[in-house]
Amino acid sequence: MKIVLEHLTKRYPNLNRKIRTDVIAVNDFTFEIPDGKLIGLLGPSGCGKSTTLNMICGLEAPTSGRIWFGEEDVTDLPAERRGVGMVFQSYALYPHLTVRQNIMFPLENLKGADRLTKQEMEARVLEAAKMVQIDQLMDRKPSEMSGGQQQRVAIARALVKMPRVLLLDEPLSNLDARLRLQTREEIRRIQRETGITTIFVTHDQEEAMSISDMIVVMEAGVLNQIGKPQEVYDDPVNLFVAKFLGTPPISVFEGKVKGGRLYLGQDCVMDVPGLPDRTVTVGVRPEGFDPDPQGTMTCGLRAVEVMGRDTSIVAEHPACPVPIRAIISTEDLPEEGAATVRFRLKPAKVHLFDPGTGERIRL
Amino acid sequence: MSAQNGNAAGGDGKRAVSTRTEVRRHAVLSQIKPWLYLLPALIFLGIFMVYPLFDVLIYSVEEGYNSASQTYFGIGGYNYAYVLRDPFFLQALKNTFILVIITVPVSTGIALLISLGLHSIGRLKELFQTIFFLPYVTNTLAVGLVFMILFKKTPYSDGFMNLLITAVGGTAVDFIDGPYWAKMFVMCFYTVWVVLPFKILILTSALASVDENLYKAARVDGTSSFRIFTRITLPMISPMIFYLIITGFIGAFKAYSDEVAIFGTDLNAAGMNTIVGYVYDMLYGDSGGYPSYAAAAALILFAIVLTITCINLLISRKNVHYT
Repeated sequence: MKIVLEHLTKRYPNLNRKIRTDVIAVNDFTFEIPDGKLIGLLGPSGCGKSTTLNMICGLEAPTSGRIWFGEEDVTDLPAERRGVGMVFQSYALYPHLTVRQNIMFPLENLKGADRLTKQEMEARVLEAAKMVQIDQLMDRKPSEMSGGQQQRVAIARALVKMPRVLLLDEPLSNLDARLRLQTREEIRRIQRETGITTIFVTHDQEEAMSISDMIVVMEAGVLNQIGKPQEVYDDPVNLFVAKFLGTPPISVFEGKVKGGRLYLGQDCVMDVPGLPDRTVTVGVRPEGFDPDPQGTMTCGLRAVEVMGRDTSIVAEHPACPVPIRAIISTEDLPEEGAATVRFRLKPAKVHLFDPGTGERIRL
Repeated sequence: MSAQNGNAAGGDGKRAVSTRTEVRRHAVLSQIKPWLYLLPALIFLGIFMVYPLFDVLIYSVEEGYNSASQTYFGIGGYNYAYVLRDPFFLQALKNTFILVIITVPVSTGIALLISLGLHSIGRLKELFQTIFFLPYVTNTLAVGLVFMILFKKTPYSDGFMNLLITAVGGTAVDFIDGPYWAKMFVMCFYTVWVVLPFKILILTSALASVDENLYKAARVDGTSSFRIFTRITLPMISPMIFYLIITGFIGAFKAYSDEVAIFGTDLNAAGMNTIVGYVYDMLYGDSGGYPSYAAAAALILFAIVLTITCINLLISRKNVHYT
């Protein structure tokens, strides 16, 4: 099911009554989610991700704008008639019911022609439970299960009514690191198997990048960028997106363009033909630093962190107030005891931004 | 090796012994310690709970006990037989049972309805909460006075309730000195009204503690509000409802002072006595001076409350969900 959001906006009255202006949680969202894709809705805490999800789900009504599922306008439909399955951050399992009863709960709500027989219900419940591999635990109560297992029950409960759209609100945030890796693969697998258009909300960029077909980056209620994870990473529209994606994060410098050349402090690092003289904010991805004795950029070496597969260099540069991080291959390791390290920058990994607006300056 | 051992034992023998006694003393102390902490409570419970309980038991089997001479004829079940045949006791038993059976479910049900209402309204919630809680902090005698104004017939007026009844075309009823059902109605009405605030308080906080996400999840899954109430809300607050029912039963079985506030001290004459009232009358009332009968009646009440509570516990095991 294709999902289209049209100028979706949500305002809340300000809790502080002295301030008359509303709080805009979601501001003029317009985007289209293709059928059968897994979408990561990504942004820092409080940026309106969950509000967007709640509006798609029908738990909150938008102030203005429309929501379409395929050709159907669902904006004014109540949550239960939209055919969405939702997995809550806290899982929201009914604590007094067993796994089986929890998963069966949505089916028991069906009325009229949709009503299933007891056998059909049992079969559907078992199918959903098998899908998330909890069919061994059907008679347990949620309190007798681990966080990961509860998560699976929540997903099964959302899947059992065969929703048109599956929504996951921070599905992994209550799991420990190892389980999180495993569960996100699991979510990917289930989504592939069912082919249900899925939106999941997260503030963890790594999580979003690793399993999504597309990511939507939000900041303070505003849609910043939407695209395939790699595209968004390689080609951020603004400084916020560039900073939000990637671990270690992008290094940000104060730079100057003079005579078609880019200067970071005293170092002339790159040719930027066709750009007028101006100050710019320069972002360099950690993998954009190429250690080279003849390199144009000289940095003070602070530390070398060996992480097995590759090595991370922590260095400092006068044009950057915080330590910069570079990821290099182990062969390029600087000599022991070296005080400085020289880099050549890979042009594709260097992005220029307007210092005032943070907008990308394209070459 | 052995030389070393012997040496150690020889040289430090004294210390080893003293250490051992120290260890033993320590162990004894750590066994006594918890009891020491409990002692103040145990002394009070012993004096004011355990001893009286046994005393009551003894009183209840002493036949023909005379409180002046402190003598009795023999031991047996006569006191129980007497109490169970005493028409005043049977009336008190009947009154108490009617009171319990009507007021516990009614007050819990009304409290639940009001709490649900309070939970779902947004505005003026605090105001209504305060209004509903006021009876809890109001003096019993003041409440009794209000009920007098509402129900009592005087030479000057028939009481507010009768004004209402006559206004809709009915005939005035004397609620305080009139027919049994009218008096029982006032008694139940009063009891429900008095116990309501506490129940509302407990239930509103129970409702507020239910995870909001459960309701959201249920809504997304298209659950009707009735089903949300019966399948989610009720089970989630069932421990609190159960608590209110048990304490409600016990409280209603022990009813006495409220009856005095409405019908005066001679409850037997009004036909509105309760078991506790009967016990009091046997001890200190006009017909007082019969501690043995009082003890027997008290133990019968105890047996009834114990039985009801056990039945409650049995029922709750299936229907109450602790999480």
